[in-house]
Amino acid sequence: MFKWVLKGLKTGIVTTLYPDKDESAPGASPGLPVGQKDNKEEVLSVVSRCPTGALSRYDHQITVDYELCVHCFRCVRRIKDPIDWQNGYEWAASTAESAAGGHKLGKAFRRSLHIRVVDAGACGACLSEIEQINKPYYNMHRLGFFITPTPRDADVLLVAGPVTDHMRMPLKKAYDAMPTPKGVVAVGTCALSGGVFGPSFASGAGVSELIPVDIMIPGCPPPPLAIIHGLLVMVERRRSSSLTSPKSQAEGRHHV
Amino acid sequence: MIELNGNNTLIFSDLPEVIAKRWHGQVRASLDVKEFLCLIECEASHVPDLCNWLFSELGYSLASLIIEELPSYWLLRYVFYGEPGSGQIHVSLQSSKSEKTIPSISRFVHTADWFEREAEDLFGLVFEGHPRLGDFVLHEEWPEGVNPMRTAFDASCPYIHRELDPDWRPHRIVKAPGAFMMPIGPVFSDAAESAHFLLETVGEDVIRTIPRFFYKYRGVEKIAEGRSIGRALLLSERFSGTSAFAHSLAFCQAIEKIFRIDVSVRVRALRIILAELERLRHHIAAIAAICNSTAFAVATSQASILEEEALRLTCTLTGHRYLFGLNAPGGLSMDFSEQAFRSLADAVYKLFNKLSELKEMLRFSSSFLDRLEEVGIVSRELAFAYGLVGPIARASGITRDLRKVLPYSDYENIAFDVPSEQEGDGYARLRLLFSEAEQSINIIRKVALSMPEGEVTPPRFEVTPGSALGWAEAPRGATFHWVRIRGDGRVGRYRLTTPSFTNWHGFHLASEDFAFQDFPIIMATFGLSNAECDR
Repeated sequence: MFKWVLKGLKTGIVTTLYPDKDESAPGASPGLPVGQKDNKEEVLSVVSRCPTGALSRYDHQITVDYELCVHCFRCVRRIKDPIDWQNGYEWAASTAESAAGGHKLGKAFRRSLHIRVVDAGACGACLSEIEQINKPYYNMHRLGFFITPTPRDADVLLVAGPVTDHMRMPLKKAYDAMPTPKGVVAVGTCALSGGVFGPSFASGAGVSELIPVDIMIPGCPPPPLAIIHGLLVMVERRRSSSLTSPKSQAEGRHHV
Repeated sequence: MIELNGNNTLIFSDLPEVIAKRWHGQVRASLDVKEFLCLIECEASHVPDLCNWLFSELGYSLASLIIEELPSYWLLRYVFYGEPGSGQIHVSLQSSKSEKTIPSISRFVHTADWFEREAEDLFGLVFEGHPRLGDFVLHEEWPEGVNPMRTAFDASCPYIHRELDPDWRPHRIVKAPGAFMMPIGPVFSDAAESAHFLLETVGEDVIRTIPRFFYKYRGVEKIAEGRSIGRALLLSERFSGTSAFAHSLAFCQAIEKIFRIDVSVRVRALRIILAELERLRHHIAAIAAICNSTAFAVATSQASILEEEALRLTCTLTGHRYLFGLNAPGGLSMDFSEQAFRSLADAVYKLFNKLSELKEMLRFSSSFLDRLEEVGIVSRELAFAYGLVGPIARASGITRDLRKVLPYSDYENIAFDVPSEQEGDGYARLRLLFSEAEQSINIIRKVALSMPEGEVTPPRFEVTPGSALGWAEAPRGATFHWVRIRGDGRVGRYRLTTPSFTNWHGFHLASEDFAFQDFPIIMATFGLSNAECDR
């Protein structure tokens, strides 16, 4: 077993410095499209190429709705006037009415949080990215975040997937089993809006149809850093981002 | 049991003669040499014997059962594939709409068991002679007689369920003193996919495992109907995110066959690179999961570091960590520079060295091997009887790999080995993942350093109605995508057969008579996805 200890020492620390410093390693995030002024007529063709309706044109502005964007890259590739692209990862947004209040967990949870992951019909990519935050490159334990096997020990429910018909009851039961105060983080475009699957006969239009959602993390899938950002927003250690680009009147709206 | 790799391998072009000799005038066989396809049309009464003959005498495996509801009749298509050179056989059966019973073939070809159960649940077709039909994909809150795959079913809005029976209890088989049934899931473990397992146990020893799936059923086959090709492509990529490229490749190849689109040599070479990159990343993740299942923290960390490196490498090259948004019918959404290929070849070579080191270290960690050896054994005979595919089948000595058996995307021009093991236990499956990852790295390096010139932008094509089968060897095994395009250019039928569906069917073989603490290890060495299975 000694060789494993040596191997571990030799490997050193690979963990990201985020949130103390920004992560700039190539390939850590796929990025997202950003809205822009449509001062050129050609830009309109970009909007029509979006298969999910994430792009729309409003008041001489192209806006991006991150709740619908699925990273299909059709607005940037093989097109004459591609839309602008940003390479960040701080994408998570709080659904609280105002920045002043509405966070349910309060100060007591700022330093440590126990998380239960629920797969409500995710494709596997979101779950894989959630697993990464538990691994050396992201190591969420250093931030006081832990994954727990039972909802009865959990402060936060991390839900991925559009909520399939058959997962409605297990998800509701897991939520009800959690002690209060409790929070819900919806991970990925499917969990926000149903994505490419819902709403339909077999899946819903996101987690908020069934249980109240506090933090929304867009992305298909959101990279591990975006998930960490969402958890930090949950405990008010990081500021909330916006679910639209540019920030607009649609800000702060809720799902019905 | 037939000899799979015997010297008297069947020659594809002899098929009509062989069939005519055995089935004089009872079936019609025609050969499509270009597609390497033999189509057999027959009556319902001949289907069981014919399929039995193909499976047990000619050694073909059942790939899929494709059911289509056409305006005036049911069209059933049993797809078979075999050893390299034996092509594919489609047994086609037309059944009148008024006829609701089809003879079951699962008593001869056991692979068909779940296909028939699924079809009974979703289409309402009854397979006569099948021992167990009933709730399968749709759980007990769906009323009998509501079949979502029927064309008349409205898939757009949520379905209202009936009340559950509060007294419902699972059916128990083991009736020994002290026996009990332990439920696991659907919400269990750390970040596990939703699935449910009923373990019938007597103390520490688990006698048998009864899996219950389709918690993640998103009705992908149904909601694809009526969508444009571009939006169906999004579904093919996103229903199983960890094998997105392989599935979108199978979908695109089906579309390319329907519209007779010529794909440039460069696109074919690029697709090989990207598919192997996905396999490499998947296998590294599977190795990390196996280390994790034995609670071997240091090795899990080491494998996880390689997994994240593979993800970042993929993202740096293609813009997405899971290869979304790359495939398009007839081409790819982006091209890569010579410089990108050189750095890719270097990067995978570094991964190769790190993987080899990890393999050697694991090979001499006896406490780790003790947990894997002779755990979750699947014998070669049963693997063949259940039609298992991918790394699981190859770890049990069945070497059928679609890249060799039905080559696509110019795989026939590339020299590579299909590794196999004989033991069929957890350790054999781990070794196989390492050998396949090494093969993938070799393929990537070979192709990346001799990339042919060509255009990658998809050509314009004329949309015509038609149907075709596309396939790919996904990281978890063979996947088959049947696509029918309607007259208005939209998808009429999208049938997905996935390796996880085929292999979960055989999971109970490996999870009988074992100690309870081995359950996560058996799960991890199978490494299957419920998103891929449930669709």
